[in-house]
Amino acid sequence: MSKARLMQGNEACVEGALAAGVRFFGGYPITPSTEIAEGMAKLLPTVGGKFVQMEDEIASMGVVLGASLAGKKAVTASSGPGISLKQELIGYAAAAEIPVVIVNVQRVGPSTGQPTAPSQGDVMQARWGTHGDHPMIALSPWSVREAFDTAVMAVNYSERFRTPVILLMDEIVGHLREKVELPEASAIEIYPRRKPTCSRAEGYQPFTPDKDLVPNTANFGEGYHIHVTGLIHDDTGFPIGSPKITREVTKRLHEKIDIARDEITHVEEYFMDDAEYAVVAFGGTARTAYEAVANARKKGIKVGMVRLITIWPFADKAIKKIAEKVKGILVAELNYGQLVGEVERVVAGKCPVELCAKYDMTIFEPAEIEAGIDELVAGGKA
Amino acid sequence: MERSFEKYFRQNRLPHLWCPGCGNGIVMKAIVQAIEKKGLDQDKTVIVSGIGCSSRASGYMDFDTLHTAHGRAIPFATGIKLANPELNVIVITGDGDCTAIGGNHFIHGCRRNVDLTVVLFNNSIYGMTGGQASPMTPTHKKATTAPYGAIDRNFDACRLAEAAGATYVARSTAFHVQHLTDMIAGGIDNKGFSFIEAICQCPTSFGRKNKMADPAKMMMWMRDNAVMKAAWDKLPDDKKTEEKFPIGLFYNESETDYATAYNEVIQIAGGADK
Repeated sequence: MSKARLMQGNEACVEGALAAGVRFFGGYPITPSTEIAEGMAKLLPTVGGKFVQMEDEIASMGVVLGASLAGKKAVTASSGPGISLKQELIGYAAAAEIPVVIVNVQRVGPSTGQPTAPSQGDVMQARWGTHGDHPMIALSPWSVREAFDTAVMAVNYSERFRTPVILLMDEIVGHLREKVELPEASAIEIYPRRKPTCSRAEGYQPFTPDKDLVPNTANFGEGYHIHVTGLIHDDTGFPIGSPKITREVTKRLHEKIDIARDEITHVEEYFMDDAEYAVVAFGGTARTAYEAVANARKKGIKVGMVRLITIWPFADKAIKKIAEKVKGILVAELNYGQLVGEVERVVAGKCPVELCAKYDMTIFEPAEIEAGIDELVAGGKA
Repeated sequence: MERSFEKYFRQNRLPHLWCPGCGNGIVMKAIVQAIEKKGLDQDKTVIVSGIGCSSRASGYMDFDTLHTAHGRAIPFATGIKLANPELNVIVITGDGDCTAIGGNHFIHGCRRNVDLTVVLFNNSIYGMTGGQASPMTPTHKKATTAPYGAIDRNFDACRLAEAAGATYVARSTAFHVQHLTDMIAGGIDNKGFSFIEAICQCPTSFGRKNKMADPAKMMMWMRDNAVMKAAWDKLPDDKKTEEKFPIGLFYNESETDYATAYNEVIQIAGGADK
């Protein structure tokens, strides 16, 4: 009997989170992410977990941080305006090093925008939405199955690095229905909650970094009497008005992600072996870009595709390598032009970088990206 | 002299940062004395606070402690309690933190009846930022953002809590220390959302602007104007002047708390702890 199921991207996200050990969800209804809250409300109690519908998006973010501190793997999900409202506490999670996953099923913005229409306009918000210097991990799936896989990855990374992770979905993948076969539980690797390595009597400090620069912070209720704050704090967890500590903590928060960059930056290449041109795309747009590239190949153009699964940290290495090799890069994204700036930064003039942008609430047609490829090959726009 | 409450403080974090004459320390001590009286396990009690003068108390108290973002203590506390219902969760908040920026969380916390004990330190002012008017600054009182006297009408947080569904609602003052401790202890006993308003003095930011710069005089004002609930109920309306206010237990009703109700959901859904 086939284990294949017809499933929506948002549903697969729920399944992935549960498979990764998530046992708490706090949320607020918003299109196009609502199915995630609904799925969690239905499934969490079947595994002894809890779902709570909060009064607003800020409370939804606060409640999952509280649950995580008390030892449960926790997720929230939202879109556009809701993600904007969550920003302060996303920064809190970064500063206080609390594992949490925030799913953003992107829709058209700014403001209320086009609530039911797809967009990829939150690329830069995912990176810089909250105030101050902070690192960020953001992953973007292009299929229903990958919504499951990236949900597992997001939960694992949040635990491993004790940091907020954004699962940057889009309406295309969120509402897409595909036939999928989900992996067996035994085939899924789960990163467990980190544990204190010594007792209070032995001088335990909740924010002393381990060798990988990530602290082994205790959960509440385990007898460690830890203090957690959004103020800049030293290894004891208590605030301190010291330039030295402020510098060191800010640096460590970035470095704990930076030193693992190769391992967490996932990129897939298609038709790139002999490619003279490359299309860079991610999420739902990559599905269209794939077809456009395949069509262009039929016309004899040696073009390939580079698909970013990890959006942040940005795939500097992979893009730099491509830039050494190709005659030009086309960045296709469903916004006014956001990721293209990162590509230009990394390419640094080694080859032309063109933007194929769309921001009219509709998804790309393959022909639109094909036209972009044609222009790139012809030597750029007139 | 019995000083058994000292074990509840992080001695190395003291002295506190509050101004001389501030009432926050009195309320903080009343909380730990209520904890001691109720015999709560220090390892299984979490103190959650927001942002502001009073919310700094969490750092001085020797438990698992959480200093959240401005106004957000109740959502964080809700997550802690639901994730691990065996923990006793006590929330420390201020009048600005709880009823302005955190107002929505406050009423919905009451409505859900999560088993939290919320102690609001009401000093009628934003102290940490230097004396701006809060939603609990009495009308006509002065603040740096109300230099001619506040025209806003102030919240009665106890009536708000009761109307929103809190199952235990009480008020006391920093003058009535034993009574305050009893009110907090009663809140700890209540399995549901308990709200205790603790009126306390801020001589620096509120007092100086309102001809009450002497902390002792502010406490005498509490002594002279607080009326025990039983007496208040018998007081004729013309004696209930603007300065007078009732203290005591206003409301206590047994209702299923949120975590217990959710356990029924888990039963219906056929789930067990996995």
